[in-house]
Amino acid sequence: MRPTAPNWLKLLVPVKRTVDYAVKIRVGPKGVETKGRHDGLNPFDEIAVEEAVRLREKAKEAIEKITVVSIGPAKASEVLRTALAMGADDAIHVETKEDDVVEPLAVARALKALVGQESPDLVIMGKQAIDDDSSQVGGMLAGMLGWPQANFASEVDLDTAAKTVTVSREIDGGLETLKMSLPAIITTDLRLNQPRYASLPNIMKAKKKPLKKMKPEELQADFTPRLEQVDVKAPPPRKGGAKVESVDEVVAKLKEAGVL
Amino acid sequence: MFASLSRTAIPRTSTRCFSASARSSAEVNAAVFLEDKAGELVPAAANAVTAAKKLGGKVTGILIGKDEASLEKAIAMSRKLGLDNLLVRHAAALEHALAEPTAPVLAELIKKNGFTHLAGPHSALGKNIFPRVAGLLDVQQISDVMSIQDADTFTRPVYAGNAISTVRSKDAIKLFTARASTWEPAQPTESECSVDVAAAENVGPGASTLAAWISEELVKSERPDLSSAPTVVSGGRGVKSKESFDSTIIPLADVLGAAIGASRAAVDSGYADNSLQVGQTGKVIAPALYIAVGISGAIQHLAGMKDSKTIVAINKDADAPIFQVADVGLVADLFEAVPELVKKIEAAKK
Repeated sequence: MRPTAPNWLKLLVPVKRTVDYAVKIRVGPKGVETKGRHDGLNPFDEIAVEEAVRLREKAKEAIEKITVVSIGPAKASEVLRTALAMGADDAIHVETKEDDVVEPLAVARALKALVGQESPDLVIMGKQAIDDDSSQVGGMLAGMLGWPQANFASEVDLDTAAKTVTVSREIDGGLETLKMSLPAIITTDLRLNQPRYASLPNIMKAKKKPLKKMKPEELQADFTPRLEQVDVKAPPPRKGGAKVESVDEVVAKLKEAGVL
Repeated sequence: MFASLSRTAIPRTSTRCFSASARSSAEVNAAVFLEDKAGELVPAAANAVTAAKKLGGKVTGILIGKDEASLEKAIAMSRKLGLDNLLVRHAAALEHALAEPTAPVLAELIKKNGFTHLAGPHSALGKNIFPRVAGLLDVQQISDVMSIQDADTFTRPVYAGNAISTVRSKDAIKLFTARASTWEPAQPTESECSVDVAAAENVGPGASTLAAWISEELVKSERPDLSSAPTVVSGGRGVKSKESFDSTIIPLADVLGAAIGASRAAVDSGYADNSLQVGQTGKVIAPALYIAVGISGAIQHLAGMKDSKTIVAINKDADAPIFQVADVGLVADLFEAVPELVKKIEAAKK
């Protein structure tokens, strides 16, 4: 008798290298200064990698592979190594030039092409990158592929046999639960999980895991920016810092401000 | 099928209402997605209308929902927002505003009506639906727009609001979400605009079995809504427990008639619900008065409240970064200062 086809699932996790969340950025005459800045894995993407690894820990047999992908300059491979050390199996780095602006639309197009090559069953990514704060790529990719989407996930329950995923998502005013058929796209919110630290042995092992380099041209996706940067400024500073000595003064100030 | 259902039930006025916006930019033909919840427009919808009017052309409102009955109130509210036109699309599949059926409706309405712009609120719903529309139309969306220079040029915050970026879009269709806190809500007008159900008939959604809505858990609250309240009292890690959050923050909010907010630390520790989180990953608000109690003032929290008109901070650490943005800072133990403040506000109100 012919053996049944393996019912394995593939996970794709797009990640971005961004400024470290604790860094206070500086805005210079040419925009936000990036030189010598401490950068790392976008915090929401870290949660996405963690969730992918946890899904496999729960359903070991059913998940074939976790692939992480990043589109960015040479240094983006560092965050791919971080994701590999957390438990991903292989990585793809679409290497762009240092000064190239890659907008969410271009990322979504590139990911669409990669989905065509890798045929994942589930794409998990962060809900937004903390540099651009757009919160767009997940929804754009879902629209381009015609796949269902669950943004801002705080709980993910994968049924590997039925090929469905049930997701609780954070909405204004509470939570909403959706059930999607695979393939599907999930974007992660902060509450989904607490990402693990990569252990030293795992960091060493991650150096040997496969990391494929690609050029943007190989994806045949249009990377041309649609937005022209007119300027980047620091926000107007607030005149804060005035301290008062007592609760009475707070009340007086509130009266002054006309709120009492 | 839908045609016969919807043509009769909604009365239409024959007169087009007056639009306050300038008609100089003849090429601007804007639409605004009017978000509704439980049959009523959400406050952020009125802010998005103001942003759309700033473009200087015609503005058409778009309402999407399950059926006529559920949209009745939202239609009545929308008619008075000073819009030029109102399109209504309803279908059973559009219940709960899932992105999969809703996005194609918006995308098709844009193409069919030749809209040059689509505005919507930068709410959880707007952030869910707009990128999908952008993917369908192959345009680069502009998120969280704070101001508009001209029909192509938009300003938005990046890096948790620590930089303000101005971009000029080369897309034929400009899709953007508006930051509620920087746009005044459109005020109700005397005149009413016409409702056109017919123009939105037979526009999407296709039969979709991609995603199914299972359930919803909303936090019930008698308080003003966090994103639109004029006064907000927020608690942070310094409040120490759920019990003390309830016994300090709630009385202060009550006496001020304020909405309650929380920092991420307070939410993660279980002192307050997720939906009350103020910051880069929660809600971005700009009330007239923001009182931060036991909140240190991390970058991510400041991103959500630093546009408030007056900021009051109560913290026992004199070096807490919150004092750098606070207009009124009190270095004190919150467990003593807050009850005292409640008493004195009560006395001052008499």
